[in-house]
Amino acid sequence: MANFLARRFISSLVSVIGATLAIFVLIQFHNDPRQLFVPDSGFGITEEQWIALGDRMGLNDPLWKQYLTWMGNTLRGDLGVSLARDRAVVDLIKGKIGATIQLAVGGWIFAIALGVPMGVLAAVKRGTFWDYFGRSVAIVGQAAPPFVTALVAIWIFAVWLEWLPAGGRSAEFKPSEYILPCVALGWGAAASLMRLTRSSMLEVLDSEYIRLARAKGVKWNWVIYKHALRNALIAPVTSALLVFSSWLNGALVVEIVFSWPGIGYDALFRAVNDNDFPLLLGTVFIFILIYLVFATLADIAYTLIDPRVRLGNSSD
Amino acid sequence: MTTSETPAEINHVDSSSLDAPLNAVKVDRSIFGHIWYFLRKYPVLPAFVLIMLVIAAIIGPTVAPYERDIGPIGDRHLPMFSFTELAPEDQDPPKYGLWPAGYHLFGSDHIGRDVFTRVLHGATVSMQVVMVSLVLGMVIGVTLGVVSGYYGGMTDEVITRFVDIWYAMPFLMVALIVVLIFGRGLTVLLFVLALVAWAGFVRVIRAQVLVLKEMDYVAAARVTGASDIRIMWKHLLPGILNTAIVVGTLNTSSLILSESVLSFVGAGIQPPTPAWGVMTNEGRDYLSIAPHQVLVPSAAIFMVVISLNFLGDWLRDRLDPRLRQID
Repeated sequence: MANFLARRFISSLVSVIGATLAIFVLIQFHNDPRQLFVPDSGFGITEEQWIALGDRMGLNDPLWKQYLTWMGNTLRGDLGVSLARDRAVVDLIKGKIGATIQLAVGGWIFAIALGVPMGVLAAVKRGTFWDYFGRSVAIVGQAAPPFVTALVAIWIFAVWLEWLPAGGRSAEFKPSEYILPCVALGWGAAASLMRLTRSSMLEVLDSEYIRLARAKGVKWNWVIYKHALRNALIAPVTSALLVFSSWLNGALVVEIVFSWPGIGYDALFRAVNDNDFPLLLGTVFIFILIYLVFATLADIAYTLIDPRVRLGNSSD
Repeated sequence: MTTSETPAEINHVDSSSLDAPLNAVKVDRSIFGHIWYFLRKYPVLPAFVLIMLVIAAIIGPTVAPYERDIGPIGDRHLPMFSFTELAPEDQDPPKYGLWPAGYHLFGSDHIGRDVFTRVLHGATVSMQVVMVSLVLGMVIGVTLGVVSGYYGGMTDEVITRFVDIWYAMPFLMVALIVVLIFGRGLTVLLFVLALVAWAGFVRVIRAQVLVLKEMDYVAAARVTGASDIRIMWKHLLPGILNTAIVVGTLNTSSLILSESVLSFVGAGIQPPTPAWGVMTNEGRDYLSIAPHQVLVPSAAIFMVVISLNFLGDWLRDRLDPRLRQID
């Protein structure tokens, strides 16, 4: 276990360094961030001011030194100061990440609550109405991009039926505001979870030990929950954990459609539009960190569910 | 999951069929049963939708009844299947006489442009973007996969690690950063989508090459003095082409999704060019008064992606059933 975690940690470190370095290099191709401080009208700024600005922002150092400075600060928990908003990046991200996490967790619960039972049902009642129903839901979920799901949901439940608000998030907790965003975000994941659960459940139900259990006279429900489900859940659990990384794709779109004040829209999207590179780097760093944590958790969850998997051998 | 009858599903014995006689294979079908069986066995409907898409993409801009980017402002927010409410002298005449004057099949949008015309143009835009970026991504991905599998060692290690890191990056974030750095435009979009497409090929192709390169005929080619390049090009590439086609088809739908998401967010195709994602984004402010502006392009995206998924699954089962494991 310790060996595995150590190796995992090193490869994660390589990923983080590679990704942030790539962005650091790419950003050099773009406009100088100092131009953000030059007003559109008037006389621009003088040469001395330009250099002084560069000194303040550390732009006059060579690239490797800039990167090392950023890395060192990051390790001390300081992600720099946002250029466009003149606030600490850590504070900005801290202020926004709560809304995104609430959205992600809500969508996640929806995805699991819909996907896994439906997959089990579709596999156990194979070829019946439930199977076709579940598979249709999955097909729809996989073919609709998140903004289509979100807008159709708004159209039906907010515009037409007027049951739920069409977007926004109040300061105090209001459950009705969470339903549509979470459903829109979780739908696609529910579809893939359902497919995975169904196919792995079918595979397990087809195996010898299930037949043996049935031949011994074990009750069918007992066979499903005790013998089949536990073995069939391995793939869906991994996928459900990894889904958190794809949230970062889906969440941005969902946040835009529902005017959700989360990290995707308020930090990432606006950082890109404002050419705000400390904020951009910080957000990317946080995103990759989240992904790696969940990838590691997925691997550990493997062993807890399936004792046959030994961590030392599972990573290549 | 495909609706065609795959080998795995036929072999599956479920508990209810265990007591059925083994020779009960021959089934009497009614005429509707035959049609249903045929529809399940071959991807007729998906193929139909995709053929319509290709036709729309090729001749759409020519036969589209109205102007693409301009329309009479007085005609805005017309519902589907409606005629214009403008006086004849204020109308935009259809581009040719066959089309009933002032008729808007899919209604009009927030500045009076005909939605049907724009959907047709959108098909062309989508097709062009997806085709070019798919081929680009395929070339990059297959090349890296073959090189990685064939040479092994350090080359393999570097490429595989890079693909791993690439998978760790949220795609939309990568796309936004690339768009930020290189500006918004068609070329950048093609480049971004190729970046999405290539990684999916590398692992699958590499695994295949690892098997193929141990074959006797590759050893024979090497003994006769063929160079590495020649072995890869002449002896390995033909063996992996099937796989590449299957992965390509399965990737096309995710490319269309990515393109529409990017255009929706504003990082892809720029208005007034009518990509379906752009149209959806423009229409979303008018969801309460003119929902068709969102629903028509959404339905177009949805139908094309669903058809591609079906066709991809079918092709996979036909050409390369081993790939079933990858999804």
